[in-house]
Amino acid sequence: MAFLRPTTWPEALAAKAELPGAVPIQGGTDVMVEINFDVRRPEALLDLTRVAELARWSETGGRLRVGAGVPYSRVIGELGDRLPGLAQASRTVGSPQIRNRGTVGGNLGAASPAGDSHPPLLAGGAVIEVESAARGVRMIPAEEFYLGVKRSALEPDELIRAFHAEPATGPQYFSKVGTRNAMVIAVCSFALALHPAERRVGTGIGSAAPTPLRARAAEEFLAAELDWAAGLAPAGLAPGVLARFGELVSEAAAPIDDVRGTAGYRRHALAVMARRTLTWAWNDYRKAREQCA
Amino acid sequence: MDETTRESPPSRRAFLSRSLTAGAGLAALGGTGTATAAAPAVAAAAAVDPPETLPVSLTVNGRRRTLRTDPRTSLLDALREDLGLTGPKKGCNQGACGACTVLLDGTRILSCITFAVMFEGAEITTVEGLADGDRLHPVQRAFVEHDGFQCGFCTSGQITSAVGLLAENPRPSTAEIKELMSGNLCRCAAYPNIVAAVESAAEGRS
Ligand SMILES: Cc1cc2nc3c(=O)[nH]c(=O)nc-3n(C[C@H](O)[C@H](O)[C@H](O)COP(=O)(O)OP(=O)(O)OC[C@H]3O[C@@H](n4cnc5c(N)ncnc54)[C@H](O)[C@@H]3O)c2cc1C
Ligand code: FES
Ligand code: FES
Repeated sequence: MAFLRPTTWPEALAAKAELPGAVPIQGGTDVMVEINFDVRRPEALLDLTRVAELARWSETGGRLRVGAGVPYSRVIGELGDRLPGLAQASRTVGSPQIRNRGTVGGNLGAASPAGDSHPPLLAGGAVIEVESAARGVRMIPAEEFYLGVKRSALEPDELIRAFHAEPATGPQYFSKVGTRNAMVIAVCSFALALHPAERRVGTGIGSAAPTPLRARAAEEFLAAELDWAAGLAPAGLAPGVLARFGELVSEAAAPIDDVRGTAGYRRHALAVMARRTLTWAWNDYRKAREQCA
Repeated sequence: MDETTRESPPSRRAFLSRSLTAGAGLAALGGTGTATAAAPAVAAAAAVDPPETLPVSLTVNGRRRTLRTDPRTSLLDALREDLGLTGPKKGCNQGACGACTVLLDGTRILSCITFAVMFEGAEITTVEGLADGDRLHPVQRAFVEHDGFQCGFCTSGQITSAVGLLAENPRPSTAEIKELMSGNLCRCAAYPNIVAAVESAAEGRS
């Protein structure tokens, strides 16, 4: 079996073009489990950890570009203020040892419906930068990236280079249900982002459909109902708004019964998580406005 | 420089595993029927070419080591089988138990879910590399003082993980210790004493 060790991005793209069956490795936390248990016997492995640029992030013109190889521990430590929803989700991935190696790039590559980075990437409107030697760069909105269970828009000769997102301009929250507080695959998860400048709401649902997805109807309903200007209203959110938002999020999901939970439980839990994250986010928003006033 | 290859004199462990394989092969040849499940695999293994190996040079516990290994070999297997460092344990081989925790340039990682050949030029520390001669590392001392184990299988991973944790966060609260040690399972459930040991090491009491 070939083990390819490119040190530059063009070399990595050339290797993937030549051997589209080569399996890229970033942190290896998904790939290696499959190899140890003989679920997968790739013809070649493509080690991306020597491509230094993949482990960097930058901010230009008010947009962040985060390399596919930045591990969760650095997303938490270095980007927690700018990408709070993704950082919260990152804190729930595996264990500290997994977070020191595992990456958002690898989570995207695996495209599991239960991957924890997907809901906040959807809620935050992230765009995935992928590239091939033959056709150059494609910028794929997160929403168009996930195509099916462990299937993404990535072509066999393409690699994920980075994701792009705007630093948060409003509150962002992530919530996940699991059987314990560490090392759990989500039974289901939910991310919410308020984008006050555009008076827009972003959402992301995880582990409750064949792909991670947005709850569009819930986003539109909430954006119209929120009193963005008078966030000061002491009563906060009308109970009817909270309840309806929860219902719409739950209706957007298409869950199944499996070993981790039933479809009914997932729908119920999604509504609860939607109401909770909205309460937290709206309280933060009001507090921030009070401080400005 | 210290050259270590598969051709190096066999350790007791390597010898045992080789004799076992040979035993299975003999059983298959003799047709005793005791090794029916293993027989086809052994026969097939004899027919294929030896696996392709790659060289890798890394520093382990301060010593430069060079070995040749199958690219699919995990760092854990390379440490245990090729370098004879059996401190890191194979509890689950899938990233879930933490028994194989080692430090990569001071950062704790799981050696079972990473390939050895990815560590060219890297610096790895296993539990064997923590003590300074006969002087135990403060975290090792704290585990002894607080009885942070029962059977001891998880202990080398717990200690290495705690050393990594204190490098990330020198003064963790009790709640943080519980959260940040959650990647290390202990089937004997020595958790209260493990937390006490890490607390004590963080406070410099050990
Ligand atoms: C014990 C344990 C617990 C876990 N817990 C969680 C959890 O709580 N939440 C969660 O979401 N995940 C969890 N995971 C899964 C895994 O850690 C994550 O999916 C992680 O994000 C994978 O990142 P990686 O860099 O290790 O990926 P890798 O294993 O290196 O790669 C994953 C996939 O992406 C592909 N890939 C990697 N990089 C690229 C690239 N640049 N371009 C194209 N394809 C690429 C690989 O070929 C592979 O198919 C857990 C895993 C383990 C072992
Ligand atoms: S053996 Fe590596 S985590 Fe269990
Ligand atoms: S001491 Fe036995 S598993 Fe931890």
